[in-house]
Amino acid sequence: MTCTQSYPNRRRVLAGAAATAAALAAPAIVRAQGGPLKVGVILPRSGFEAGIGQDCQRGVEIAPAILKSLGLPELAIMNGDTESSVDTAREHAEKLISDGAQLLIGAFDSGQTTAVAQVAEQKGIPLVINVGSAPEITEQGYKFVVRNFPTVPMLLNDELAEQMDVFGIAGVAPKTAVFMHVNDLFGTGMSKGIHGLMAKYNVPYTILDEISYDPAARDLSVEVTKAKAANAEILLVVGRLSDAMLLTREMVKQRWTPQAILSMGPGWYENQYTKTLGKLADGPISLVPWYDPNKKLTTTLLAEFAKAFPDLNMNTNHVYTFEALLIAADAYKRAGSTDPKALADALHATNITDNVSIGPGIKFDAKGQNAGLKCGAVQNRDGKQVTVAPKEAANAKLEWPIKPYQDRA
Amino acid sequence: MPFDVYLNVAVAGVLTGLVYGLMALGLSVIFGVVRVVNFAHGEMMSIAMYIAVVLFSNLHLDPLVMLVPIAAIMFAFGYALQAGLINPFITRPEHSQFLLVVAVAIIIVNTLLIVFGPDARTVQTSYAYDSFQLGRLIVDASKLYAGVAAILVAVALFAFFRFSLLGKAIRACADNYTGALVVGLDVRHLYALTFALGAACVGAAGTMMTLIIDVTPIVGPTYTLLAFVIVITGGLGSMPGALVGGVLIGLTEAFGGLLFTPSAKSMFAFGILVLVLLFRPQGILGKRLT
Repeated sequence: MTCTQSYPNRRRVLAGAAATAAALAAPAIVRAQGGPLKVGVILPRSGFEAGIGQDCQRGVEIAPAILKSLGLPELAIMNGDTESSVDTAREHAEKLISDGAQLLIGAFDSGQTTAVAQVAEQKGIPLVINVGSAPEITEQGYKFVVRNFPTVPMLLNDELAEQMDVFGIAGVAPKTAVFMHVNDLFGTGMSKGIHGLMAKYNVPYTILDEISYDPAARDLSVEVTKAKAANAEILLVVGRLSDAMLLTREMVKQRWTPQAILSMGPGWYENQYTKTLGKLADGPISLVPWYDPNKKLTTTLLAEFAKAFPDLNMNTNHVYTFEALLIAADAYKRAGSTDPKALADALHATNITDNVSIGPGIKFDAKGQNAGLKCGAVQNRDGKQVTVAPKEAANAKLEWPIKPYQDRA
Repeated sequence: MPFDVYLNVAVAGVLTGLVYGLMALGLSVIFGVVRVVNFAHGEMMSIAMYIAVVLFSNLHLDPLVMLVPIAAIMFAFGYALQAGLINPFITRPEHSQFLLVVAVAIIIVNTLLIVFGPDARTVQTSYAYDSFQLGRLIVDASKLYAGVAAILVAVALFAFFRFSLLGKAIRACADNYTGALVVGLDVRHLYALTFALGAACVGAAGTMMTLIIDVTPIVGPTYTLLAFVIVITGGLGSMPGALVGGVLIGLTEAFGGLLFTPSAKSMFAFGILVLVLLFRPQGILGKRLT
C-alpha cells in the first residue's frame, strides 16, 4: 500500500497566508472601491408638508450633473417618505438603513429630523441634515450627525439683524407688530427666542399680539380676524406653505394689508405659493437662509435648475438639499470608503468654500453644526424672489410698503 | 376687542358650521336608517372634492353649478357601495361592518394618492377672494354661497323625508325593520337608497368645501372625525341635530380661537362633545334611548 501525503512547505505556507490575508482584507477593499455611495434621502413627500418635501426633492434631481462636473463621486439615491409624521420618519429611517443606505439626508421638519437623527446615531449611519433647525439636534453630542442649516437661535439672531437691515434700507421704524406662528417645534422655538432677542437688536416695534395656530389648520379666518384687530403696522410670521396660502387668502378676503409681511420661515417664497396666488403673492419679505446670487456655484446651480424646472424659482429647499448632497459626495471622496466611521470623520472635516448658500462656506464645528451660515432678506416680486439684503448678496431694491391687496388686479 | 370682531367671527363660524353640518347630515341619515357607522364618510367627501377640482381645472365648471351633478355621481357611488358591499354585512356583527368601512376608507385615500399625488389642489373661482362688506361686517363670499347652498340642500332633504312616499318608506325602515319587511317594503333597496342619499349629501358638502379649503388625499380622516363629533353632539340619527351640531361646533371653534388660543380650537370642539356625552348622551336633538 502506498500512501501519498502532501506536507506543508514554505511556498504553500506563504501562498496560504497570502490567500487568508486577501480574504480577510477583501471586505475593506470592497468597501473602499464599492461604486456609488447609497444615500437615503428622507423627506415629507406626502402629508401636509408634501409640497415642501417634493420641493426639496428637486434639489436632489439637479445634483448628479453638477456633482459630476465638480469631479465628485456618484451617489445612489434611495427615497424615503416621512408622510409629514415623526413616527413615520423614524420607521422609514430604520427601513432605509436596513435596505442598505450608507448615509442619510433629511428631513426638512425639525420634529421629523430629530427622530431620524436618533435612528442614525443608534445605527451608526451618518446623517446630513438638509433643513431642520431645532437646536437640540446638534446639542446631543451625536457623532454621526452634521447640519448645514441654521439652528433656531442662529436663525433668530440673523433674521432680526436682517430685519434691521430692511428697516434701514426702507428708512422706516415700525412701532407695532403682530406675530403669528405655527405651534410646532420650529414655530414655538422661534416664539420663545424672539422676545429675548428684540432688545439686543434694538428692534423698534412692540408685539401687540402673538397668535399661534395649528400648521395643519384647515381655516385661519379667526386667526386673521384677531391679527387684523391688533391694528399693527407689520405682520411677523413663522409658518409653512399651506398656512401661508391660507393666511394670504384670508388677508385678501378680510381686506387687511399691513405695511410689510416679514416671514421668518418657509412658505412665503415657495413656488406653489407664488404660482397659486399670482399677483397676491407679491410683497412678502422672507428672512431666510438663501443662496448668494454672486457665488460661482450658484450660477451653475441656477442654470441647471432652470434647465430642469423652467417654470419654477430656485429657493432654500433646493439649495440646502443640493448642498447636503454636495457635502455627502465630498465626504465620500475624501473618506475613500463607505465605512460609517470614516464617512462621519470626513463629514466633520468638511471645508467647502465653493458653495451656494450665503456665508463663508461649509464647515462644521465640534457639535456638527455649520455655524457660518447667514440669512438673506428676499422679497416676492412679479412671481419671483429678489434678494434685498444683506448688501453683499443683494440683487434688487426693496419695495416698502407692499401694495394693498385690494389694489391688485 | 371691538364688537365688530365678535360679529365677524360669529358669522364666519355659523357659515363654516353650516357646511360642516351638511357633511355630517349624510352621516346622520345613513346611521339613522341603515344603522351602519360610516367611517369612510370624510373620504367620500374627498372623492367629491376631487371631482369638483378636476371639473373646474379641466372644463372650468364652477363648483356651485356642479353641486347637483356631483351629488348625483356620489348618489350612484353610494348606492353601488351599499348594494354591492355593505348590504351583505347588515346582519353581521358590528365589528365586521366597522372593519369593512375602514377598509373602504383606506382604499379611497390610497387610490386618490396614486391618481392625484400628495399635492394640495384648489379651485380658483372668480369669486374666490371676494367678500361682502356691510358696515364693519365682512362676509366671505365663498363661505356665504356654501352656507346658503348647505341650507337649501338640507331643506330639500328634510322635505324628501317628510313629504315623499319614498322618504316615508325609508323612515318606516328606520323605525321598524321587521314591520317594514312585513308590509312588503324592499328594505335592502331602501337601505341602498338611504346610503346613496347620505353620499349625495356628503358629495354636495364636498363640492362646497372646495370653495373653502384645499383638497389633499389625506383630508378625509380629519373630516370623518369632525362629522362624528358633530352628529354625536347634535344627536346621532337626528337630521336637524346634524345641522345644529355643525353650527355649534363651527361657533365653538371660532370663539375658542378668538377668546383663548387658535392653537386649541379643536380642543374646544371636543370639550363640547365631552359635555354633551356627560349631560345629554343622546345629543342635543337626539331621542333618548329606552
